[in-house]
Amino acid sequence: MTDSNPYIALLKRDLLLAFRSPGQLLNPVLFYLLVLILFPLGIGPESRILQIIGPGIIWVAALLATLLALDTLFRGDFLDGSLEMLALSPRPFALLVAVKIAAHWLLTGLPLLLLTPLLGTFFSLSGHTIGILMLTLLLGTPVLSLIGAIGAALTVGIRGGGALLALVILPLYIPVLIFAAGAVDASVSGLPFSGQLYFLASLLVLAVTLAPPAVAAALRISLN
Amino acid sequence: MWNFIYKLASPKYFYDMAGKLVPWFGGLFVLLVLPGLYGGLVLAPADYQQGDSFRIIYVHVPSAWMSMFVYVFMAVNAAIGLIWRIKLSDIMVSSSAPIGAAFTFLALVTGSLWGKPMWGTYWVWDARLTSELILLFLYLGFIALQTAIEDKRLAARAGAILVLVGVVNIPIIHYSVEWWNTLHQGPTVTKLDKPSIHISMLIPLLLMALAFQFYFFANLLMRARCEVLEREKHSTWVEALIDKHPEAKHG
Amino acid sequence: MGSSDAQSLLSARGLRCVRGDRELFTDLSLSLQAGELLQIHGANGSGKTTLLRIMCGLSLPDAGNVYWQGVSLAENRQRFLQNLSYVGHSTGIKLELSPLENLAFAAALHGEASRMTLQQALDRVELFGFENEPARTLSAGQRRRIGLARLLISPARAWILDEPFTALDKSGIRTLESLLHEHLESGGIVVLASHSPVNLHERYIKALHLLT
Repeated sequence: MTDSNPYIALLKRDLLLAFRSPGQLLNPVLFYLLVLILFPLGIGPESRILQIIGPGIIWVAALLATLLALDTLFRGDFLDGSLEMLALSPRPFALLVAVKIAAHWLLTGLPLLLLTPLLGTFFSLSGHTIGILMLTLLLGTPVLSLIGAIGAALTVGIRGGGALLALVILPLYIPVLIFAAGAVDASVSGLPFSGQLYFLASLLVLAVTLAPPAVAAALRISLN
Repeated sequence: MWNFIYKLASPKYFYDMAGKLVPWFGGLFVLLVLPGLYGGLVLAPADYQQGDSFRIIYVHVPSAWMSMFVYVFMAVNAAIGLIWRIKLSDIMVSSSAPIGAAFTFLALVTGSLWGKPMWGTYWVWDARLTSELILLFLYLGFIALQTAIEDKRLAARAGAILVLVGVVNIPIIHYSVEWWNTLHQGPTVTKLDKPSIHISMLIPLLLMALAFQFYFFANLLMRARCEVLEREKHSTWVEALIDKHPEAKHG
Repeated sequence: MGSSDAQSLLSARGLRCVRGDRELFTDLSLSLQAGELLQIHGANGSGKTTLLRIMCGLSLPDAGNVYWQGVSLAENRQRFLQNLSYVGHSTGIKLELSPLENLAFAAALHGEASRMTLQQALDRVELFGFENEPARTLSAGQRRRIGLARLLISPARAWILDEPFTALDKSGIRTLESLLHEHLESGGIVVLASHSPVNLHERYIKALHLLT
């Protein structure tokens, strides 16, 4: 009868729900792979070119896959009334929301990260480059989830909100893209890249502190 | 002072006051834009390297300044609207957005036209133009979000959050694009970054900037008045207004 | 705030709500003391759901305020939410989870120790034997019973229910009515919107009619 920690309960619940309907999980990942395969097909398989465009393209594909995945962040709970339950809980809504975003990242951002070695091979990237790329994805994809959550929260009640979400969120993603791809490119050229990584890290800190309250406020508006 | 602000919250008072201000602002705009254009297009010396084509900066730079100013203006009003729930602030935000977007678009077009005689292409990925392009999308995203939500009150609150998130991001985006640009290339359109600007260039520039300010406020007040009429259409003073102008009934 | 408000648990004053061009209600006030049930009547679209959501604090009214124990919701949010159980149109039930899992989550979310075990609650709403089936496999009436079980395990004094009799069969209706009766007897309050009449002694029931 004693309650477990509500945040852990929410995390477990979201993970459990995802594993019980794995189809939803797979879609963004498959999309990610498919988009990346299109590039050699469209541009030509010359490994020299692929090496140059590889990091940037992998990052753009990660942006688009995250955007696709964001649709499932709040929509399910919004439609069946669970989101209202969370909003009406005595616990701070912003913290509950942060847990939901964390669960979502584990389910969508982490797989992108883990696929990088495979994709690095498709684009003829060196092991060292793949390592830096994974580091940027580790720092950057949570930022994408956090900022994207704001857009998802604002558009969750809007029909056909997917395209609107992309329009609203993609400009905000640009700094992450610039610095992440920039870090990898710098490492490939043998130039220092720690500055870019520090910048990504500070974006992450900023997002972790500022995004959850903004998401909570946006959700309350959508629930109104 | 507080009495004035309190009265401003009354839609009718705002409608009347704004109606009186619009012709003044419009007049000031004309009064300033003429010497500004004359100073920039005729009086100021032609550029050493670029000849006369660079004169487009007298429209390009003030437009870019205005595009930023309007966004910050929206952000301030968004914060006021969210914290104190003042409807007039909401109206200011939604009415400013199309004007801000227009200034951004103007900056982009003039920047692009400037590029053609200089480098032979209509577009260069320079820091300022790229930032302006991203800013245009921020405006369009805001307008799209507001249009998609039917309830005006909720649309205002959602839009306010988006604008505030945007205003926090704008310095980050600017910095990122600057940094990206220094890495990747070349010719910049940012001639004005040079520390000293000759006074004969500075004065027309400032006149144009001031002129655009008055244009913005004149246009803003006109749009805001329309918005107020729309929102208050069931109130007695609006109905009285319609009775005075019977042709409006069939509009 | 008059002295009568000090007695009331949940009250509202001067509520106004405008949706689009329509004014749903204006200058609406109500007050509930312990042991009272307020039933909101009205045709579809008259604003019943909106009013319930305003009472919960989910929606903001265009004018007016809602008070819990005399203090406005804005100032008293935490204490109010600890005492509130809301079951809306959509029951907040996850179809991929079993009734037990759904209840366990609701209990963890609310935080306070529940008055009975989850199993007892499910037995009370006659879901014995179905505790571990995914809610997807249950009927609409059974799913609604999970929502009722949620009411049982929470210590909340205020129940706000939107069309709670939907999809319930005769025995489900009787169960709900007895739950309401027990809740009112123990000093709780209920606000509900319902098309059908509530079969309780009229001393408990106040009515509010919303006109279109």
